[in-house]
Amino acid sequence: MRKLASILGLAAAIGGGASAEAQEKLKVGLLLTLSGPSAVLGQQARDGFQLAVKDLGGKLGGRDVEVIVVDDELKPDVAITKVKGLLERDRVDFVVGPIFSNVAVAVHKPIVDSKTFFISPNAGPSNLAGKACNPYFYAVSYQNDQNHEVMGKVAQNRGYKNVYLLAPNYQAGKDSLAGFKRHFTGNVVEESYVPLNTLDFQSELAKIASMNPDAIFTFMPGGMGVNLVKQYRAAGLADRIPFLSAFTVDESTLPAQQDAAIGMFGGSNWAPNLDTPENKRFVAAYEQAYNAVPGSYSMHGYDAALLIDSAVKATGGKTDNKDALGAALRKADFKSLRGDFKFGTNGFPIQDFYAVKAAKRPDGKFQTEIVEKVFDNSTDAYAKECAATN
Amino acid sequence: MTTTLLFVQTLNGLQFGLILFLIAAGLTLVFGVMDFVNLAHGVQYMVGAYFAAAFTAYTGSFLYGLLLALPATLAFGLLLEVLVFRHLYDRDHLDQVLATFGIILFLNQGVKFVWGAAPLFVPVPDALSGSIQIMPGLLYPVYRLAIIGAGLGVAALLYVLVNHTRVGMLVRAGATNAPMVSALGVDIRRLFMVVFGFGAMLAGFAGGMVAPILSVEPGMGDNLLILAFVVIVIGGIGSIRGAFIAALLIGLVDTLGRGFAPALLRVVLDPGDASQTGRAVAPMLIYILMAAVLFFRPSGLFPVKR
Repeated sequence: MRKLASILGLAAAIGGGASAEAQEKLKVGLLLTLSGPSAVLGQQARDGFQLAVKDLGGKLGGRDVEVIVVDDELKPDVAITKVKGLLERDRVDFVVGPIFSNVAVAVHKPIVDSKTFFISPNAGPSNLAGKACNPYFYAVSYQNDQNHEVMGKVAQNRGYKNVYLLAPNYQAGKDSLAGFKRHFTGNVVEESYVPLNTLDFQSELAKIASMNPDAIFTFMPGGMGVNLVKQYRAAGLADRIPFLSAFTVDESTLPAQQDAAIGMFGGSNWAPNLDTPENKRFVAAYEQAYNAVPGSYSMHGYDAALLIDSAVKATGGKTDNKDALGAALRKADFKSLRGDFKFGTNGFPIQDFYAVKAAKRPDGKFQTEIVEKVFDNSTDAYAKECAATN
Repeated sequence: MTTTLLFVQTLNGLQFGLILFLIAAGLTLVFGVMDFVNLAHGVQYMVGAYFAAAFTAYTGSFLYGLLLALPATLAFGLLLEVLVFRHLYDRDHLDQVLATFGIILFLNQGVKFVWGAAPLFVPVPDALSGSIQIMPGLLYPVYRLAIIGAGLGVAALLYVLVNHTRVGMLVRAGATNAPMVSALGVDIRRLFMVVFGFGAMLAGFAGGMVAPILSVEPGMGDNLLILAFVVIVIGGIGSIRGAFIAALLIGLVDTLGRGFAPALLRVVLDPGDASQTGRAVAPMLIYILMAAVLFFRPSGLFPVKR
């Protein structure tokens, strides 16, 4: 099928007498975490991106596209080697990735120094949004703090007085709790940090039960979140103390959490049940193709492809004029699956944020569903610093 | 309030310690009897959890799943022994470390290849799915009490097996002086194989038992392996009794340390500093304990007599 498409593309190119460049394939490198416990996040982003390419007929911006997928193994040093391969050997026009912020920070410099456009489908570290912002870097996802801020705002709006905070002891965990506290002015009864990759939370649960807060907020990605949610439910706390979270209850962890997660809250810029025609079509197509409910990682992957498509289309298929291509990217002239979307001065989105809740669908599958809109057209807290330096 | 919290945390520590014991028991025997450093022991724990998850999904019952997982991990352990480990016994420790590390990488990718990267879900069996209230507002899952019971049961079984049976006698003799046992006409290779398979099965049992409460995912055994090594070093290499005492000690020190270090430090420091320092000190406690034990008893608490 793909062969047929490329033959047709070639025939069209020859028939139209197009320039040599139009025949050359557009190259996009996907740098994602595809092994280890967090591999499912990278797989979702990859599948989302490839679904978009398929929906666009194997082309981006009218040009045939070659997608080169590499695994960063969640190791910054490995990622740098792989990125050098993408830049120097494959000579890609765009790098789409990564999932994790520590990888993003490591590969940022080599990519933008080579004047290659770098589009993040998830990671949005604060330094790249602030002083180190760069016209070659775009995040189609969010700035990392924002999902946590959503939950802080929710806790504030609901008038919770005492909140228990729980996060893994590493940079993203600390950023998470700082993000939560940005809009929450109530009392933090405990800021508890557990070692990264903790799987047994019984002693935390005992502490939570003894302190009896109005709510807990946690950031426990991947397997940690699966365990915390199951144990929180089993301890009988789920019905008593509201569970606010970010990156803990989502489509990547729900298949393992199942009923235990129902009713738990998360902060997000999207959910599979977001009511736009594009989104409905996307969710149905994704589920049919990959037999899984898409999470925000898939949505960002899909949007990243749409963004590239819109920009290359705007430049008439040319990628050699970097300024023109950059200006076209910045316009974000595509219909995002999440509805409202535009870029701020720092290349990070200005978008809406929602409180979402885990739920079971009539067909037995699990997904997050929107409860309320918390922020409208929200900019991240670091964009100001970027404007000051540029 | 504080006493009930202490009680709950002690139960948690006990449960963690017993899981550690199940893993460390096999490791200490393999290390003690065969003088073989098996880094891939943590992988056996992961494989046990995956087998339990797969068989539970297939039969629809956790009990059958766990019972089927036992012979499966035993067979898997023996397969690894025959294919790989057997060829390493006469090599030095560095070769063994490299080869078994390779097995870790291989099998972590292997389970991902077969079962996917996302964590698997294993339901808690209905009969044990209840919970009891042991402190106000906190339910303690019956299943965790069952783990404590099963761990104690296996410990008792091992005690009888090692101290009161012929095979146990050979194992103890092998830990003391393997060449001598061999010279007396015992097929030492076969003894090694039995010990190895049994150790693998114990680790697999631990993995199967925790499958319903922890997430079953690639690499789940890697963190526990380091702790299991700490346990066998503290307990004395080759000693089941040492592994038992040391595992409980580590489980309790780790859990209670994390639970109470910030609270205790609050007596001498202001709350902010106390929570910061407590957080830093708690994960170190077990290594401080190991250093202290090694300082006073360089070959562990219960060294095997040589």
